[in-house]
Amino acid sequence: MSIDVDTARRVAKLARIKVEDEALPALASEFSAILGFIEQLNEVDVEGVEPMTSVTPMRLKRRDDVVTDGNQQAAVLKNAPDAREGFFAVPKVVE
Amino acid sequence: MSDLTKLTIAAARDAMRKGELTSADLTEACLKAIDEAGALNAFVHKTPEIAREQARAADARRGADAPSLNGIPLGIKDLFCTKGVPSQAASNILEGFKPEYESTVTTQLFASGAVMLGKLNMDEFAMGSSNETSCYGDVVNPWRRGNDDAALTPGGSSGGSASAVAADLCLGATGTDTGGSIRQPAAFVGITGIKPTYGRCSRWGIVAFASSLDQAGPMTKDVRDAAIMLQAMSGHDPKDSTSADIPVPDFEAALTGDIRGKTIGIPKEYRMDGMPAEIEKLWADGTAMLKDAGAKIVDISLPHTKYALPAYYVIAPAEASSNLARYDGVRFGHRAKLSHGDGITEMYEKTRAEGFGHEVQRRVMIGTYVLSAGFYDAYYNRARRVRALIKRDFDLAFEAGVDAILTPATPSSAFGLGEMAEADPIQMYLNDVFTVTVNLAGLPGIAVPTGLDGQGLPLGLQLIGRPWEEADLLNVAYSLERAAGFVAKPARWW
Repeated sequence: MSIDVDTARRVAKLARIKVEDEALPALASEFSAILGFIEQLNEVDVEGVEPMTSVTPMRLKRRDDVVTDGNQQAAVLKNAPDAREGFFAVPKVVE
Repeated sequence: MSDLTKLTIAAARDAMRKGELTSADLTEACLKAIDEAGALNAFVHKTPEIAREQARAADARRGADAPSLNGIPLGIKDLFCTKGVPSQAASNILEGFKPEYESTVTTQLFASGAVMLGKLNMDEFAMGSSNETSCYGDVVNPWRRGNDDAALTPGGSSGGSASAVAADLCLGATGTDTGGSIRQPAAFVGITGIKPTYGRCSRWGIVAFASSLDQAGPMTKDVRDAAIMLQAMSGHDPKDSTSADIPVPDFEAALTGDIRGKTIGIPKEYRMDGMPAEIEKLWADGTAMLKDAGAKIVDISLPHTKYALPAYYVIAPAEASSNLARYDGVRFGHRAKLSHGDGITEMYEKTRAEGFGHEVQRRVMIGTYVLSAGFYDAYYNRARRVRALIKRDFDLAFEAGVDAILTPATPSSAFGLGEMAEADPIQMYLNDVFTVTVNLAGLPGIAVPTGLDGQGLPLGLQLIGRPWEEADLLNVAYSLERAAGFVAKPARWW
């Protein structure tokens, strides 16, 4: 499948990565090459094959629904680019 | 005393137990070797204070009942979170990030007495096969082509780990392997690297790339050291829901070298068109060595092999796009400087454009595309179906009595840094053609150096084992290692 510039722009937007307009054609052509490679998968007969969910045949463990950790506000905020009054600070979200 | 750093883990352990060596001396020798090896760019965050403190503690408890890695200096891949020490996954988006917690694997290594020398360079978020996507710059392979001083890649993504172990900067290193990131670099620098069964080592505290494929493992100077180090890294962890709650056998005790009666499969699909004659010969020689050691050699077929790389390049980017969504400039790492009027969406977009390198951006966007509405079934679900078939190929081979599978580790020896710059991304992806099947099937795989090519560069073979039978796999690898007698070392130029 060939990816056009509009599709590349839409994917960049969905991925929340700013891509300048002049970079989009090269990106679209890289996507096309990679997707062309991936399309070999269409040769495989997958009729009746379940998509793999777990590579090892095991059930995901459940744990008791109890508090095991907490009271670590300072540690949680330690690496924040901007933290104020015990919260992560971000630009205005609601108009 | 500069030769101390050349010791294997086993030799250093035994010397320390006998009182002939202190961890303090060994650690100082490693720290000196690291300081002298700046040209390799393997260690990117050095931790001499931590190392000296851990060495002191190790020397205080040495003796016959000291833990298995007591006083052994190791390097830690930058993908592992280490408390209070930069853990950046070689990405600018995690610049300045110092975790408030320690990964389970490093916690276990330290509990076993290991000494941390520092953090090792790698491809950004473990996405790469040449260690050229790192925010710290390229790692250089200590090996060179004869007298040619062109800088070669150590492979990737665990390139810093590979270079550091091969150059005797540390006795062993942690690596991680999502599509071949332990085994390919190990082969490129002439050392041993094992990716255990998916679920053997906890992923907790390891920066996630593709969670259904990622596994940690050791990179060491020989098979025995791999057994010792893997032992310390393995085991159930309630903090990783995919961690296996099954006993870890004594891997070192399994190294008898006796493989009589074992059945070794040779998969015909791994004989690629245009495979270099040297790789063909290496593989044939390795097969003969295992046969001479008493193994039964059988030809097998793994018919879906050719679809492994395309399936991988759907599944791994899909999982990466999801895992890397957390790098949003809010909770940790880099946040872009915003212009007047920028809102939260601009903050995300600018932060991720500045923080992620080109290869990471490309994979996140490919992953976003294959998971997007209308394409999810055609790409992602189809790839997961093909993955099930790839695993079934291996299941059938093992059911037919195969104990281990022998393949080349890489399609070539180490190539030059920058040589692939003009190639399209798929050429780089082909580096993992022999290793990526193993991740998709969740199996253990080990790369062992067995020869040199015509340019004097190391080449490795890969052995693939049954799930959870790393002990058996390590023993076959041990037999191959003894027969191959690979002892070459890079001539020091750095």
